[in-house]
Amino acid sequence: MNAFLSGLIQFRRGPWEMVATILIAAGVLMLMQPFVLWAFTYSFIVTLIGTVMFIIVSHFPE
Amino acid sequence: MSDRTIDRVAQATPVRAARKIRGLSDRAIAWIFISPTIFLLLAINIFPLIWTIKLSFTNFKANRIGREIKDVGFRNYERILTDSDTWLNMQATAHFLFWTIFFQVLIGFALAWLINKKFRGNDLWTTIIVLPMMLSPAVVGNFWKFLYQPQIGLFNYIIAWFTGKDPSSFEMLGSVQLAPWSIVIVDTWMWTPFVMLICLAGLRSIPDYIYEAAEVDRASKLRQFFTITIPMVLPFLMLAVLFRGIENFKMFDLVVQLTGGGPGSTTELTSINLKREAFEKWRTGYASAYAIILFVTVFGLASIYVKALNRVKQR
Repeated sequence: MNAFLSGLIQFRRGPWEMVATILIAAGVLMLMQPFVLWAFTYSFIVTLIGTVMFIIVSHFPE
Repeated sequence: MSDRTIDRVAQATPVRAARKIRGLSDRAIAWIFISPTIFLLLAINIFPLIWTIKLSFTNFKANRIGREIKDVGFRNYERILTDSDTWLNMQATAHFLFWTIFFQVLIGFALAWLINKKFRGNDLWTTIIVLPMMLSPAVVGNFWKFLYQPQIGLFNYIIAWFTGKDPSSFEMLGSVQLAPWSIVIVDTWMWTPFVMLICLAGLRSIPDYIYEAAEVDRASKLRQFFTITIPMVLPFLMLAVLFRGIENFKMFDLVVQLTGGGPGSTTELTSINLKREAFEKWRTGYASAYAIILFVTVFGLASIYVKALNRVKQR
């Protein structure tokens, strides 16, 4: 957990990619879940943030 | 001695002739070779993408060219993301995605496990199992339509033989309850071999000495399966899940051939709905926004897919 947090602070690729991946996965789940409409409404913005973040952080150093 | 000769010849050659002889640099040749590809990429992929983003903020209708195009801001996105019908289409897609991936991984892994055991006729069985994957989705959709016929369909007769029901008492493609499952069955039949091949690659990449070490440590077969086989095959399984997820998210041809999105809109997946909005209702701006939403989702999933692929490569 400490390594993950220090990786985030030092702008390392691994932990930031993990955060972006979680955001994308959450966005896709929100898009397809059958329970609440508000989650569907905000799914696109969550996926978009995750995807843009993924593109940016994949250029961070290892 | 020969070096000196070369130097002398080089110095004696006029500069203009030397340029001619030297010709193009490697970099220039590389640019000449890749420029048609870059041009095609820009013309076929990048320009339409930028154009679609631009259209998604307008009320443009492709069947009314002379009409004034108004900028509507984020209204198209807002309407799509608050529309309960679109939400239902997403749920139909989610149902299709979840169950196809579930069955394909389960059956695909089981088949790979069996095929990995060396037995007589192993190669022949592999070829037979892989056959459905090689067919065109349109062909598969058409012949499964015949198999699902309540009067003459083989599928109905097989189910009737097991359950004792009348074959014509149920309609796979016409029933609201059964139609979503009918497309799941066909996609599973067609794409399980693909998952099987990926799992087989994963199983064959596990070195024998790991199992031998486990045998020495008296680990049971079940323990070997859960502590060696599953963790080692997991990255390959992840790859298969992501690949099938992305492909099925865009599923169109097979479902159009089978049900056309019906009955009602029970099997109307997002890609079918998008096609209706764009080319039947001609709401081009709205459909562009819809396409961008799907594109971002698929792009996000593809990013994870590439990451998983790199992880498998590193192993």
